Amino acid sequence: MTRPTPETIAHRRHATPATVAAQAAHAGHAAERHQSAERQAERPTPPAPVKITGAQSLVKSLESLGVEVAFGIPGGAILPAYDPMYDSSVRHILVRHEQGAGHAATGYAQATGKVGVCIATSGPGATNLVTPIADAYMDSVAVVAITGQVPRPAIGTDAFQEADIQGITLPITKHNFLVQNAEEIPRILAEAFHLASTGRPGPVLVDVPKDVLQAQTTFAWPPTLDLPGYRPTLHPHGKQIREAARLMSAAKRPVLYVGGGVLKAGATEGLRKLAEQTGIPVVTTLMARGAFPDSHPQHLGMPGMHGSVAAVYALQKSDLLIALGARFDDRVTGKLDSFAPDAAIVHADIDPAEIGKNRAADVPIVGDAKHVIEELLGAIATEQAAGRTGDRTAWWAQLDDLRQRYPLGYDEPSDGTLAPQYVIERIGKIAGPDAIYCAGVGQHQMWASQFIQYEKPHTWLNSGGAGTMGYAVPAAMGAKVGMPDVTVWAIDGDGCFQMTNQELATCALEGIPIKVAVINNGNLGMVRQWQTLFYNERYSNTELGTHKHRIPDFVKLAEALGCVGLRCENAQDVDKTIEAAMAINDAPVVIDFVVGKDAMVWPMVAAGTSNDEIMFARGVRPAFDEDEL
Amino acid sequence: MSKHTLSVLVENKPGVLARVSGLFSRRSFNIDSLAVGETEHPEISRITIVVNADESPLEQVTKQLNKLVNVLKIVELDPVQSVQRELVLVKVRADRAIRSQVLETVNLFRARVIDVAPDTLTIEATGTADKLDALLRDLEPYGIKEMVQSGMVAIGRGSRSITTGPALRAA
Repeated sequence: MTRPTPETIAHRRHATPATVAAQAAHAGHAAERHQSAERQAERPTPPAPVKITGAQSLVKSLESLGVEVAFGIPGGAILPAYDPMYDSSVRHILVRHEQGAGHAATGYAQATGKVGVCIATSGPGATNLVTPIADAYMDSVAVVAITGQVPRPAIGTDAFQEADIQGITLPITKHNFLVQNAEEIPRILAEAFHLASTGRPGPVLVDVPKDVLQAQTTFAWPPTLDLPGYRPTLHPHGKQIREAARLMSAAKRPVLYVGGGVLKAGATEGLRKLAEQTGIPVVTTLMARGAFPDSHPQHLGMPGMHGSVAAVYALQKSDLLIALGARFDDRVTGKLDSFAPDAAIVHADIDPAEIGKNRAADVPIVGDAKHVIEELLGAIATEQAAGRTGDRTAWWAQLDDLRQRYPLGYDEPSDGTLAPQYVIERIGKIAGPDAIYCAGVGQHQMWASQFIQYEKPHTWLNSGGAGTMGYAVPAAMGAKVGMPDVTVWAIDGDGCFQMTNQELATCALEGIPIKVAVINNGNLGMVRQWQTLFYNERYSNTELGTHKHRIPDFVKLAEALGCVGLRCENAQDVDKTIEAAMAINDAPVVIDFVVGKDAMVWPMVAAGTSNDEIMFARGVRPAFDEDEL
Repeated sequence: MSKHTLSVLVENKPGVLARVSGLFSRRSFNIDSLAVGETEHPEISRITIVVNADESPLEQVTKQLNKLVNVLKIVELDPVQSVQRELVLVKVRADRAIRSQVLETVNLFRARVIDVAPDTLTIEATGTADKLDALLRDLEPYGIKEMVQSGMVAIGRGSRSITTGPALRAA
C-alpha cells in the first residue's frame, strides 16, 4: 500500500492556507469597498450579485469564515454541499463514522483555539453526531456541526433519513438553527461561528434542508449578525474585583481553583502572574491541566475524585477559594454539602448561570477569565501597596508536608505484569512537554492526567464532563490536523479504543500520523476498579478478552488500518517501543501495551462521599493533623 | 416554596417555546402556568410563566433562561406591582330548575354567559386565580361538565413598559 508521505502532508498543508486566505479576503473586502466607493461615480450601477446555489453559499461562507478543515461524511441530504466542497480551499477530511468527525472537530478546536467543523447528512448521519455534540457541550468546546436535512416539503413526514436533529440537539447545543431559506445561509453560519466561539464556547448545529442547498440565492459577505438576545459579559464588575482582592489579601488559607475556562480565555500567562504575585497555591481541574505548569512549586496538582491528596486537602481546609473558570463539578466537590466547609467563595465565570449553581458564591464575578485575572492583578497590587499581603507561611508548611508525605505514585504490580502508570509516565517523559496528549475515559485517562507533566496550555485534551469513551483517537486526529508539527499521542484504553479506532484508517489515508498507546489491561478498567471496591469483586461484564483471547489483536488491527502496529509487554521494552513510535512520522502508530489488570487509580474519593474521606491507596487514609488548623 | 411570575420576552421565531419549556423540564423545574402570545412588536413574543420555586432555584432558572439565544429579557413581576389575569370557559349543568341560580352566580362574579343550551350554560370569566377558584367552587354543586383554563398573563402597574429598553434594540 502507499502511505501519504510527509511531503504530501506538507503539500496538503500548503494547499490550504485558509486562515491566511481568509485574512487576505478580509483585508481585500475593505480595500474593495474603498475602491468601489471611488468607482461609484463613473459606474453608477454596482455589479449584480452573482447567483449561486445554497450549497455554494454554504461553502463560500465557510471559506469566508476562515475554515481550514472540516471533518465529515456525505450522504443524500447534504450531497449538494459536497459538490462545491470538491473545489474549495476548505480541506474536507472524510472520516469513517460521524462520531469521529465530531470528536475530531472537538480535538481540533481544543488544540488550536479555532472553531472545529463537522459535517453529516440527515437522519443517522446527524444522530451519530449527537454524542460528540453532547461531549463538546459539557466541555464548552467551540464546534459547528452542519447537517443535511430532508427537503422542506418532506419535513415532518417521516421521510427517508429524516430525524429532527434540531429537536434532538436542543438540550446539548449552545444554540441550533434550521435554515429556512437559502438567503439566510451566510448570516446563520456567521452567527453559528460567533455563538460557538464567543462567551462560554459551545457546539452550535446548523441543519440545512436539501432543497435549500439546491435553491438559487445570492451571496454577500460579511453578513450582519442578528442576535439581539446574545450579549456575553466579558468585563467583570470593578466592585466585585476589589472585594475579591481584599479577601485574597486577607485570607490565611486561600487556594486558586482553576478550571478549563482559564485555558479557553487564553489566560494562562495572567494566571501565572496572579499566582506568583499572591503566593497562593494553585489546583488545576481535569479540564485545566496544562493551564499552570506542573513543575511550578505553587502547583498542588489536580483536585477531585482522583486528585492529589494535597490538592483535595487544600480545597477542604481552605478559608478562601478563588474559582476561575471552574464550575464546582461533582467530580471535584465530592459530597457537595461537606465541600470546603470553611471557605468563602470567589467565583469568576463567563457564564452567570454557573455562579451559585452548585455552591453559593460570596463574591460572584461574571467575566472572561483573562479580563478577570488582569483586573485582579491591578486590584491585588493596590492591596499590596497598602501593605496587605497576607501571611501564608503556616498554610504552605502544611501543604508542603502533605505533598511530601502523600505524593502521587503507584505500586509495581505484585504479579509481575507491566504497570500501566509506568507506561504513561514514560510516554510523558519521552514525548515531553511540547507534545499533545489526548485521552479516552477511564483509568488510563486519570493516569494520563496524573503521571504526565503538563507544562503548557492546550497540551492535554480529554472528555471531562461527558466522559465519552472513544474520544481519544478521533480527537487526536483532529488535534494533529490542527497542529501538524506537534507530536500527538492518544492515550487510550482497550475498551475505548474499540469504540472509535476506525478513524485510524482516516489518519493513514489522509496523512495524519498520530501515535496511539493502547493501555491494554484486557478489561473495562475503571468499571472493574469499582467492582473491586464496591461490588465485592464480582466482575460482571468487564472482561473484554483482549488479553485472554487477544481478540482483537491490536497489532494486526493497526496494520489492517494502514498503521504501524507495535506491542510491548514488559518494562524493559517500554522506552524503546515509545522511541520506535516517536521515530515514525509518515504513518500512524499503534502500540499495544499489555499491562496488568489489577492496577487501580489512587488517590480516590468514592462517588457520593465527602472529600474528607479521600483514600491515598486501598485501605490507606491520609493522616491529616487536625490540630494544625 | 413560593409562586413567582416571570415575563419572558423572546424572539417570535419557530421553536422558541420548545426551547423554553424544554429547559424547564430538563433542569427539573416545574411550571405552574404558561401563556404565550405576540406583543405590540410582532417580532417579539411574551411568555408569562408561573413557577413554584425557592429563591435560589428561581435565580438559576432565570439565569438559564437568559442563556437561551432567543430570549431577550426576563422580568419577575411583583404580585403587588402587577395585574394578573386568567381566563376560564366552563360548561355548567343549568336546566330550567336551577338556571336562575347559576345566572346569579355568574352575575356575582361578573362573568358572562357565552353559549346557551337547553340543559347547560357556557360561562366565560376572567380574573385572578383566586377569583376563578371561588367561581368554580360556587359552580361545582350544579355540575361542571367541561372546563378549560388559560395560563396566567400579567402586566406591571403604572406607565412603565418592559418591552422597551436597550435589550430590545435590535429586535
